[in-house]
Amino acid sequence: MITLSDGVLWLVILALGLGTFLIRFSFLGLAGGRSLPPWLLRLLRYVPVSILPALVAPMVAWPQATGGEPEPARLSAACAALLIGALTRHVLSAVIGGLVVLYVVLALTR
Amino acid sequence: MSIRRHPEEYWRGVRDGAPFVLVVCPFALLFGVVATESGLDLTQTMGMSVLVIAGAAQFATLQLLAEQAPLVVAVLTGLAVNLRMAMYSASLTPHLGAAPLGARALAAYFMVDQVYAMSIQRFVTAELTLGEKLAYYFGVVTPVCPLWYLCSWVGAVVGGRIPPEFALDFAVPITFIAMVAPMLRGIPNLAAAVVAVGVALVARSLPYNLGLLVAGGAGMCAGVLAERLRGEDA
Repeated sequence: MITLSDGVLWLVILALGLGTFLIRFSFLGLAGGRSLPPWLLRLLRYVPVSILPALVAPMVAWPQATGGEPEPARLSAACAALLIGALTRHVLSAVIGGLVVLYVVLALTR
Repeated sequence: MSIRRHPEEYWRGVRDGAPFVLVVCPFALLFGVVATESGLDLTQTMGMSVLVIAGAAQFATLQLLAEQAPLVVAVLTGLAVNLRMAMYSASLTPHLGAAPLGARALAAYFMVDQVYAMSIQRFVTAELTLGEKLAYYFGVVTPVCPLWYLCSWVGAVVGGRIPPEFALDFAVPITFIAMVAPMLRGIPNLAAAVVAVGVALVARSLPYNLGLLVAGGAGMCAGVLAERLRGEDA
């Protein structure tokens, strides 16, 4: 639960919005045909496959909803989404598959 | 406007962007629901979806705020998730860099994953003029971005009424896994993901919730390293 005051929350939203715009505008805004140094481009290519798994791993291992206890339904749902996504390369099928496994295992273990 | 001068490219963009509705709508709905349940009101939820217009970063920041992380870390982590867009911006510049400032600013604002992926594919495979490229770009934006706002709003309005038995807390990790799984092709991508996950689990106790940034950095370095090692083998 977020317990910040409205003013602080808006400050966070504005900072995130402005920062995101500046990232998107960066090269397009300069428009001098300048491009990133190759080593930086190479690093940036791995941003999604690094940051998103790093974000998800603790949520899977220690879900907040169970008070931080690892739990079979959430673990199997994560594995199902990963497998379906890797095999079909179809994002929506992976989401639906993961949710189905989550609900089935939750129902079985309840 | 280039859209009125090149209706055929604009409508081609609309058609090419249309299938993304299936991805964008559920994701935006989920954001609306999760944001409301974390304590954001309707205006704040919409403020975030309209000003930031980047789902993964919005979820990441929300998650850290809910964990009472320091504000700077919450914002920096959201921005780190969006760093990939600097790469999009760089690769679109040869195509759209000559457009007027206003058009470039508007294109930057709408630079979401789906719009970038679809546009760059068309720009490198077809011989288009600047006007046609802009028309196509904003064509792809048309079905994607307004629905992002609308579905965030719907999610925020119905959000509070979804009972906890639906375990919606876990829809966010599932969505992220589903987005990343198709990208895990080849040793360098796998190395990046595996190292990032390992470091994230070990570094969870780092102060100020810095574990995510450290893990992301480690994963990126692992990816580049694996790429270089393989390159030398070949």
